[in-house]
Amino acid sequence: MSTRTVEWTLATPSVGPDGRQIRVPLGLPSPAPDGGDEFAERMLINLGPQHPATHGVLRLVLELEGERVVRCIPHIGYLHSGFEKLGEYRHYNQIIPLTDRTDYLSPMANNVGLALAAEKLMGITITERCSVLRVIACELSRIISHLVWMGTTGIDLGAFTPFLWTFYERERVYNLQEAWTGARLTTSLTRVGGMMADVPSGWNDQLRDFCRSLPKTLDEVDALFTRNAIWCGRTQGIGAIGKEEAINYSLSGPMLRASGVPYDVRKDAPYLGYDTYDFDVPVGEHGDVYDRYRVRLEEMYQSTRILEQALGRLAGLDGAPLNVSDPRVILPPKSRAMSDMEAMIFHFKQVMEGVPAPPGETYLGIENPKGELGTYFVADGTAKPVRWRIRPPSFINLACLPRLCEGALLSDVIAINASVDIVMGEIDR
Amino acid sequence: MTERPDGVLRAWTSCGDEIIDVSPAAARGVLQWLRDTPGQEFNYLVDLTAVDYRDPERPLEVVYNLRSLHRRADLRVKVPLDKSQPLVVDSVVDLWKGADWLEREVYDMFGVTFRGHPDLRRILMWDTYAEGHPLRKDFPLRGHFTRAEQTRQALAANPEAHYSLEELSLAEAYAELPEDVRKRLAAGQRGFVP
Repeated sequence: MSTRTVEWTLATPSVGPDGRQIRVPLGLPSPAPDGGDEFAERMLINLGPQHPATHGVLRLVLELEGERVVRCIPHIGYLHSGFEKLGEYRHYNQIIPLTDRTDYLSPMANNVGLALAAEKLMGITITERCSVLRVIACELSRIISHLVWMGTTGIDLGAFTPFLWTFYERERVYNLQEAWTGARLTTSLTRVGGMMADVPSGWNDQLRDFCRSLPKTLDEVDALFTRNAIWCGRTQGIGAIGKEEAINYSLSGPMLRASGVPYDVRKDAPYLGYDTYDFDVPVGEHGDVYDRYRVRLEEMYQSTRILEQALGRLAGLDGAPLNVSDPRVILPPKSRAMSDMEAMIFHFKQVMEGVPAPPGETYLGIENPKGELGTYFVADGTAKPVRWRIRPPSFINLACLPRLCEGALLSDVIAINASVDIVMGEIDR
Repeated sequence: MTERPDGVLRAWTSCGDEIIDVSPAAARGVLQWLRDTPGQEFNYLVDLTAVDYRDPERPLEVVYNLRSLHRRADLRVKVPLDKSQPLVVDSVVDLWKGADWLEREVYDMFGVTFRGHPDLRRILMWDTYAEGHPLRKDFPLRGHFTRAEQTRQALAANPEAHYSLEELSLAEAYAELPEDVRKRLAAGQRGFVP
């Protein structure tokens, strides 16, 4: 970090109401009424984009008065890859690998979000077994994303031990992911109308083992953090935002619920039959960093509950079909494509032409670990979308950061930024 | 709706989603009406984006996804903007603060100007980006400039071209910058790509 006292009025170019370029002052250069040169005491600090505590290539320009933040200006876009543009040149199934790379801490949930939106657009109803497996994928993603969050936030605030525990548990989920999809990070798990693969034999038992041991690890993290004086001092009352304001800022996920708004897409706009699972949605009351921590910790316990119920249902669906039985949507098995004329034609048409979606448009939001991941498709009857829009939860949550950092101490900016739970792959897309 | 505000062009559904089309001049008024009217109460802005269609004749649409958290209901408001006219629509930042970055993104990606936005500038692309608005359909996948031109510009760019003014003010090497660069910075000019 490099600092220098500001000597002139800083400005950034902006577009005025009439469309002309104007310059918006960056600081508050008006001199103090008593004639003292207050502005000269202000200091600019550049945080990131190569700073480990910014959780990715996020750059914050902070204007400080002493140690207090007067203004925080986030700069994003360092990881911009143009996913939404690329999606317009791809078949619906070919977009799925792109979703792995948006929120790369919960790739399986992103895959599910895209597949569900494409199925809504095409009017496809998936099988019971497929939706149970997708619930497992979503909840595993929630657990690993929150585990990463908990470990790294602990490190940011000086607690190293829970990081090792949470990353150990996360590694076990990655092993499960690898056994299921063949990849640890770029899972590309779903297909429109079904899944890329069924779970291998013996996988359910490993998942059951994981569900048994995860709560023990969480209990240990709970014992270290929840009533820890240092942890409470660093997080309670920091970065607080109220109910009305949280709604006004369009926050979603744990950020919204920590502020006391009981909105969870799984409960309030159920998908994948979430309304048939028995689980609770934790809701905070103060909307500070501590409440966000409590909400995320409890969500992991609840995800474990959902996983156990899903495993019970999966046992009853042994041998049930996984994919929809529509040869225009789902690829035939390779052996049939090589031996059966009709299967080969369907295989050829799907690979070369893709699956066309009828003209129309749809928005579908799912409850991702970071918040509401929305997928907005506009189709014109071809196999490629006219517009594929991701509603990026951490982008919208991060937009609130300048408000949360106002008046906070510089050291609290680290805690607040961590509590937003951002992932730059999704923010920059 | 009991009293229907002026400016609603049509109401329709697609894939079960309820959608209304609103004329650009009335857009902000209708959105405010939807937010504040009892019985509507669409108090949550889920998403704000835009769509450019492959058919060049079709207008570009700014899309607002609204939600009523009390009523658990969603509504999509679409505002068609004629592409032969300047793409301008009123900002809703004063209604929903969450619209701030979303409107900046639409401005960056589609070139739609939001009248009354407090700080409308590019957000994902850099400030000196000169190729246009990437999500427009007339924007080629690899950009307007050739790869050779993009490389040439990257190699020939002034070192300060990628830095914003506030960044340069932080640089320890400010005193060592050439005289003309310091003059331009003091005059409030940004770096440029030659």
